[in-house]
Amino acid sequence: MRKRLNSWSWRMEGTTQTDAKIRTEYGTDSSSRGPGCSLRHFACEQNLLSRPDGSASFLQGDTSVLAGVYGPAEVKVSKEIFNKATLEVILRPKIGLPGVAEKSRERLIRNTCEAVVLGALHPRTSITIVLQVISDAGSLLACCLNAACMALVDAGVPMQALFCGVTCALDTDGTLMLDPTAKQEKEARAVLTFALDSVEQKLLMSTTKGLFSDAELQQCLAAAQAASQHVFRFYRESLQRRYSKS
Amino acid sequence: MKETPLSNCERRFLLRAIEEKKRLDGRQTYDYRSIKISFGTDYGCCMVELGKTRVLGQVSCELVSPKLNRATEGILFFNLELSQMAAPAFEPGRQSDLLVKLNRLLERCLRNSKCIDTESLCVVAGEKVWQIRVDLHLLNHDGNIIDAASIAAIVALCHFRRPDVSVQGDEVTLYTPEERDPVPLSVHHLPICVSFAFFRQGTFLLVDPSEREERVMDGLLVIAMNKHREICTLQSSGGIMLLAEQVLRCSKIAGVKVAEITELIQKALENDQKVRKEGGKFGFAESIANQRITAFRMEKAPVDTSDVEERAEEIIAEAEPPPEVVSDPVLWTPGTAQIGEGVENSWGDLEDSEKEEEEEEGGSDEAIVLDSVTVDPGVDGPSAGSRDAPIVLSDSEEEDMVILEPGKDPQTIRTQTVRAKQEPVPSRKPARRRRKKRPAQ
Repeated sequence: MRKRLNSWSWRMEGTTQTDAKIRTEYGTDSSSRGPGCSLRHFACEQNLLSRPDGSASFLQGDTSVLAGVYGPAEVKVSKEIFNKATLEVILRPKIGLPGVAEKSRERLIRNTCEAVVLGALHPRTSITIVLQVISDAGSLLACCLNAACMALVDAGVPMQALFCGVTCALDTDGTLMLDPTAKQEKEARAVLTFALDSVEQKLLMSTTKGLFSDAELQQCLAAAQAASQHVFRFYRESLQRRYSKS
Repeated sequence: MKETPLSNCERRFLLRAIEEKKRLDGRQTYDYRSIKISFGTDYGCCMVELGKTRVLGQVSCELVSPKLNRATEGILFFNLELSQMAAPAFEPGRQSDLLVKLNRLLERCLRNSKCIDTESLCVVAGEKVWQIRVDLHLLNHDGNIIDAASIAAIVALCHFRRPDVSVQGDEVTLYTPEERDPVPLSVHHLPICVSFAFFRQGTFLLVDPSEREERVMDGLLVIAMNKHREICTLQSSGGIMLLAEQVLRCSKIAGVKVAEITELIQKALENDQKVRKEGGKFGFAESIANQRITAFRMEKAPVDTSDVEERAEEIIAEAEPPPEVVSDPVLWTPGTAQIGEGVENSWGDLEDSEKEEEEEEGGSDEAIVLDSVTVDPGVDGPSAGSRDAPIVLSDSEEEDMVILEPGKDPQTIRTQTVRAKQEPVPSRKPARRRRKKRPAQ
């Protein structure tokens, strides 16, 4: 795993000195980090909508997102791509009309999905993912990614790997938190969201907000990879239950 | 995506079935599909399922200035969205006829029936009133959107709590939920829409049409009514001519249905309130049917992150070191500094033709420039002083360069930055020298 991470090297100007400082500062209190790192309770329901080809509602604590997938289906001529499927992501906020924040999230989710969906198997078709925010209580983007993945699985869209979203938050004193609530996100110094694939836990997408050092980034990434194992186990058990006979 | 067209066979089959008083889902003529109401963790958030039709409702509030002609009334705003999730034919961002019709009907049903006391939403007359916004999202379209939407809207409004406000003189204080319990809206009555679909020019009637039935119907009658049997809105669409007694019969049926639904709504609201009061678990997570094979849940999972730091350190240690950069700014003159490596400034190097012109003009300009340099006391003391004399006299090409880099010889500065980096950057230096030479050639 280390090797793989190396390929994704992070460069930041003038951080070599701050690094050392942070390491000495926070190097000792690793024990405080252990219990703080947990994922909120997860719940998922698939195939709950009758109209879309695949649908899933994903809950992380009080954060909840509903996803519907149409596809592979007919595509508008203007959006047609001759050698692969057109992937479209629509994110709808709960209150009001979609704005810039939603557009930016849509793009992040689309890029993540494009990396795993085998679009070349369905050229000149469209795959539409519609996401509806049901309630936002922190880690919304991660929940959107998880819901999108489960809906894609439900729709039977061929993918080379599953993906999950994990959000990390760094406190003002450098404490790492996984799957933060809205309050934790607000108080955090930095919030980092990663999308990871299920095969090798490689990074598919990352988006960050706030200040952090490259050491902290690597820590968050490592923590996200550890957390992703739990999410993928959840996926697996959920699907096992779904395709079980009882 | 386009809607899948209904084939003639299907159409004929459906109509034949209706003629035989049969419905595809086994319901009787006057039966509603099962209604399920669940609440989210926030106030004013609810999900209504009418069979497979699903509507999400969310109420929010905002303090705004009132409308000029209604200075003492709060504002009610309804917005029903037909998300593409509900049906592939719904295009995002397009106001279809259906959407306009539904929104208008909702407004008439809920705003014009005065079911919400808008006067109680006034904070300061003419200045601040509450704007209550009801967002309704259709999540799955399986017919009879309007009934589900009207139920969702009224349930969300009943469930909603707005922050408490107090007015003392001119001062308006808004209390957070922690300071004071939020207050519910005053709801006078619960208007609910009931839809009737007509077939074969009004000979056959069905309550709560499903999506398939809606596609073959000739006309639709929507009656909005409260449990006191007061009609709030009545709308007939589809261009069908109805007999007076048919409308009366429908209103009678609507009365019964509305009473049933109102009871259900009140029960659901009470249940949610009880759970909240007792501090039990509430929200959508609790309403997921756990026995379903498609649903799964996992309790809070601790993640072992004890080795995260070591792993991060290892990765950083193994990763190729970041390119050496000068983080310390190099001070050329007071007020200017350089961060990192730049390319040699070529502003001072004039083109040959320009140089000649300069020379012709004489040294008057340069003298002025030089004055400003010599006046400036901050310029690195002795070295600058020693350089003064030759510059004044010379008309040479180097003069401009000297002005831009007073204080120090470029060579000494170069060595300084190199020392700061501890390691010389070989690739850059030759390039610079070349650059410097070019104008001289």
